[in-house]
Amino acid sequence: MRFGFINLLRQAFAGNEGWPEQWRSPEPKAAYDAVIVGAGGHGLATAYYMAKEHGLRNIAVVERGWLGGGNTGRNTTIIRSNYLWEESQGLYEHAMKLWEGLSQDFDYNVMYSPRGVMMLAHNIHDVQVFKRHVHANRLQGIDNEWLTTEQAKAFCPILNTDPRIRYPIIGAALQRRGGVARHDAVAWGYARAASALGVDIIQNCEVTAIRRGADGAVEALETSRGTIRTKKIGVVAAGHTSVVMGMAGVRMPLESYPLQALVSEPIKPIMPCVVMSNTIHAYMSQSDKGELVIGAGTDAYTSYSQTGGLHIASHTLDAICELFPVVRRMRMLRNWGGIVDVTPDRSPIIGKTPVPGLFVNCGWGTGGFKATPGSGHVFAHTVATGEPHPINAGFTLDRFRTGRLIDEAAAAAVAH
Amino acid sequence: MLLIRCPYCEMDRPELEFRYGGEAHVARPVNPMAESDESWAEFLYMRTNPKGLHAERWRHTSGCGRFFNAIRHTVTDRFVVTYKAGEPRPEVKP
Repeated sequence: MRFGFINLLRQAFAGNEGWPEQWRSPEPKAAYDAVIVGAGGHGLATAYYMAKEHGLRNIAVVERGWLGGGNTGRNTTIIRSNYLWEESQGLYEHAMKLWEGLSQDFDYNVMYSPRGVMMLAHNIHDVQVFKRHVHANRLQGIDNEWLTTEQAKAFCPILNTDPRIRYPIIGAALQRRGGVARHDAVAWGYARAASALGVDIIQNCEVTAIRRGADGAVEALETSRGTIRTKKIGVVAAGHTSVVMGMAGVRMPLESYPLQALVSEPIKPIMPCVVMSNTIHAYMSQSDKGELVIGAGTDAYTSYSQTGGLHIASHTLDAICELFPVVRRMRMLRNWGGIVDVTPDRSPIIGKTPVPGLFVNCGWGTGGFKATPGSGHVFAHTVATGEPHPINAGFTLDRFRTGRLIDEAAAAAVAH
Repeated sequence: MLLIRCPYCEMDRPELEFRYGGEAHVARPVNPMAESDESWAEFLYMRTNPKGLHAERWRHTSGCGRFFNAIRHTVTDRFVVTYKAGEPRPEVKP
């Protein structure tokens, strides 16, 4: 049922009792043309674009837990495309363009809000790096502009621009088209749209093995809900990618770390934009519910614990209190961790693997949410046609052998 | 905050005294010129990243300053054993 005016009116009078389930919960079939492992935003987007743009309807998404329950439901929902290298700019800007029309595309409000992402500079190095980004972005037609301290203060009035603080703000880079979206709605919207196109979304279905034939190509997935035969598997398992790929005998250049976030008690709107600070390691925005959404860093060591050390979160709150003195007496309601898969060059891997029929989309590290639509779009092309889309052609697994790395370490949202 | 036992100081100390050093027992090539691109990629970039027992390096930066190895469970973060650099990986049960 579409979210049109007539249906909204009809349901309003019927007490909103008549809305159907937003996606089907089918039993797994014995075989599919392709199976995506992982029903997070990226996996669901992949399935959606495979069905919509490549006409593949006999496909499934299998998920160990519930859809959108991993990093899709745990991130700080920031969207931007102000990356340094051309490959990254192409990929993230592709995603940004899809964000702009996403709610209309699949008739589900993802609450995309381009309220501006401002990255603070605290020292000369920051100024030089951010200006380099501004120029690199503008050469590619991506908006990014340099602000003075006064302009930064005007854009976000609660910012502490006192020059006597430990790390004073001496400028900022602003991407006005950057912003936030409702993370759960992204997963739900893609799930609903994919399901309507015939994609089977199978939750509570853990992959336990990947079966390969005599020629080495993939043949089937063994899952907690039985064997599923398929010639094509797309692994989109975020922090658990190394584990899933290990089932096919493929070693990955990945390490999984806990990354933490926090939200405060909800208050009236005080925060008109997203503010990020790499140097003192804090970023903050305000959700439409009124909670301040705060991103902390990764732990020093690899882990699958989905928690993270308290000192990491409190270190971020030190920085938040310095940058935004107005929030000093607020209470934090929740604090959680997600497991992020980090590559050596901090760029994702989207493409083929040494195993025929096995594709992988991983390594999004600490900043995958912003790329969700673009990632799904180009990975759908890769899985459906067997060859990468021009936009993800450089993001191969093989680049760690050839040395053609896409070194975005300086562009990451958080210091690694 | 983890409590980590330094095998040199023979004391349990808080995590903040240590630096993490990544996967342990990744041997540097003895003859670099003889290595292929594949083996360089394996040495430089490929990591085991297990969900379970992980052999890893730590350095007691705010203590004795020495590197040592540990076996830690990556789901519970529990340290099973720590041992001195150069010693072989001990056989331990999860």
